[in-house]
Amino acid sequence: MQRNPSLARSRVTGRWIIGVLAGCLAFGGLGSACTKKSSTENQDSKTASADSGQGTLQVGLVLDKGGKDDKSFNTAAWEGTQRAVRELGVKVKDVEAPDDAAFEPAIRTFAERGLPLVISVGFAQADALKKVAPQFPNTKFAIVDAEVDAPNVASLMFAEHEGSYLVGYLAGLASTSKTVGFVGGMETALIRRFLVAYEAGARAANPQVKVLHNFVGINMTAWANPTRGKELALTQIGQGADIIFQAAGASGLGVFDAIADTKGKSVFGIGVDANQNWIKPGKIITSMLKRVDVAVFDVIREVATQKFVPGVRSFGLKDKGVDYAVDEHNQKLIEPHQAKLEKLREDIVAGRVEVPDYYVQMKAKPKK
Amino acid sequence: MDWLIAYIESVMRLAAPLMFAAMGGLISERAGLANIALEGKLLVSAFAAAAVAASTGSAEWGLVAGVVAGAMSGWIFGASTVWLKADHIVMGTAFNLLVVGVIPTLGKAWFGSSGSTPALGTEARLQAGVGFFIAGVALVLILNEALRRTRWGLRVHSAGESPNALLVQGVSPRRVRIGAACVAGALAGLGGVILSLVQGSGYVRDMAGGRGYLALAAIIFGAWKPYPTLAACLIFAAADSAQMLLQGKSVFDISVPASLIQTLPFIATLTILALRRKRVSAPRAINQPL
Repeated sequence: MQRNPSLARSRVTGRWIIGVLAGCLAFGGLGSACTKKSSTENQDSKTASADSGQGTLQVGLVLDKGGKDDKSFNTAAWEGTQRAVRELGVKVKDVEAPDDAAFEPAIRTFAERGLPLVISVGFAQADALKKVAPQFPNTKFAIVDAEVDAPNVASLMFAEHEGSYLVGYLAGLASTSKTVGFVGGMETALIRRFLVAYEAGARAANPQVKVLHNFVGINMTAWANPTRGKELALTQIGQGADIIFQAAGASGLGVFDAIADTKGKSVFGIGVDANQNWIKPGKIITSMLKRVDVAVFDVIREVATQKFVPGVRSFGLKDKGVDYAVDEHNQKLIEPHQAKLEKLREDIVAGRVEVPDYYVQMKAKPKK
Repeated sequence: MDWLIAYIESVMRLAAPLMFAAMGGLISERAGLANIALEGKLLVSAFAAAAVAASTGSAEWGLVAGVVAGAMSGWIFGASTVWLKADHIVMGTAFNLLVVGVIPTLGKAWFGSSGSTPALGTEARLQAGVGFFIAGVALVLILNEALRRTRWGLRVHSAGESPNALLVQGVSPRRVRIGAACVAGALAGLGGVILSLVQGSGYVRDMAGGRGYLALAAIIFGAWKPYPTLAACLIFAAADSAQMLLQGKSVFDISVPASLIQTLPFIATLTILALRRKRVSAPRAINQPL
């Protein structure tokens, strides 16, 4: 084949340009994810943290792939910071890590910039924080859903099992088909903790109840795959489930789609983390609330008032750090069961009912 | 028997987006464009469809937007590889990366979100049931005939096998490739529309979840022919759906870990690929500049 030299050259140049372009795009994509910040100010706030001395307190928030509009876990954390912006006049910089490898640089960047408080949202950031926290002893860190043992880290833990037991009990009471479902994101210890207690709660309400469970996937995409979440929910509905609890991040939205799209059967969903009752009004019987917003707000307030205490703090039914949602969207659905739920809540808080905790079971298992 | 009907329906739902993406990819690959950008095209069109449906409240406009976005990204891919002579694999990878960055940027400007669109109400979604699956099967039948018998099909074939033959006839292989890229993009766009408007209710970041790559695997597995590619899509969907049914079930009183069951589709794919006797080869002029 005869080659035209000018053509060959332009081909090489073309490839070169495209290669550079591709490189720019790759780094541009990551760069935009890492530098995206939204600092919100509220100058009107009278309660601004005047006693913090050097002006406005800046808070770094590291979110996971679900992003601050996952309408669930990350959203709850984001709302906590926004309340702090309104009430304490702090500034918030947030970053959404596109994958697990991006957590460490994100946390480190915030710490290097001298932000006094950096909040990591999600158990997946525990390893990254374990590395970074000791290198910045003057920076305060907080992590949601994981324990990191360092003198400058506050670990915000939630008693998910208490809330899951409660909504499981509700599912057992409300199910007419005696079959209830659970859709989890990934098969992790945290999601198992939801499942084990949910199952026990449902059985406590009705020993004959059957509990189906499925997991969306085996990597990070499991939290953002609503199509698959929907398919799993439809499979469970096909097997007779009429109430489905989801703990699957943005994939859980697909579970609600399945419930809304099912005609001729009355099926209901149970939301998670944030109050999700509004997503399909009248179709979501309740949401298991995890008040990540309250925990995040509290930690910001502590730093703002120089009262930060490191260590593990747990939130449960007792302090309403974990709860179930009642609002105008689900009032009619939940009303017949509310008295029993309140009784159960009291029993759990008083220790009269023991809720199985997967974390405890896991530690108790003999290791070989 | 109820479970069987439910199973078949589930396979149809899972296969539909794969089929459109795979047929789109098949056309462009047959025309000589290695199409690794299917994932990005699914995402772009799913986002465009959901964004327009959310803004206008009309599912039909969403559908149009998704297909147009798919066709446009097909054109960009075709033009950059044909006129700028970019390497197809590099360009496709760049496109997929570009999409990951651009969609959150647009989402922020449009909805103040970080990549997802607001949840869509019933009126802004397409209620099609298995309609898209049937349309997909019809597409495969038509495409099979079109590639073999129509002038367009033969030109696409030549553009992928020996572009010089087209030149001899006075047809521009460049134009054929770009045309095929647009059609391919539009079809992949339909796959994206299925994800965000039919099966889902809005766009969620990275919602394609690797379906674009799976579609590409189906094409290679199907030896760049419509029927075997369709079969591959159905096998993937069937294995995936079986995986969902088997999760949490115990076999001979032993409960199998869910993560093991979840690898079933991949094991099935590997096994079938390993058992294939016939050597398959890609279109000869694939990823070659014109």
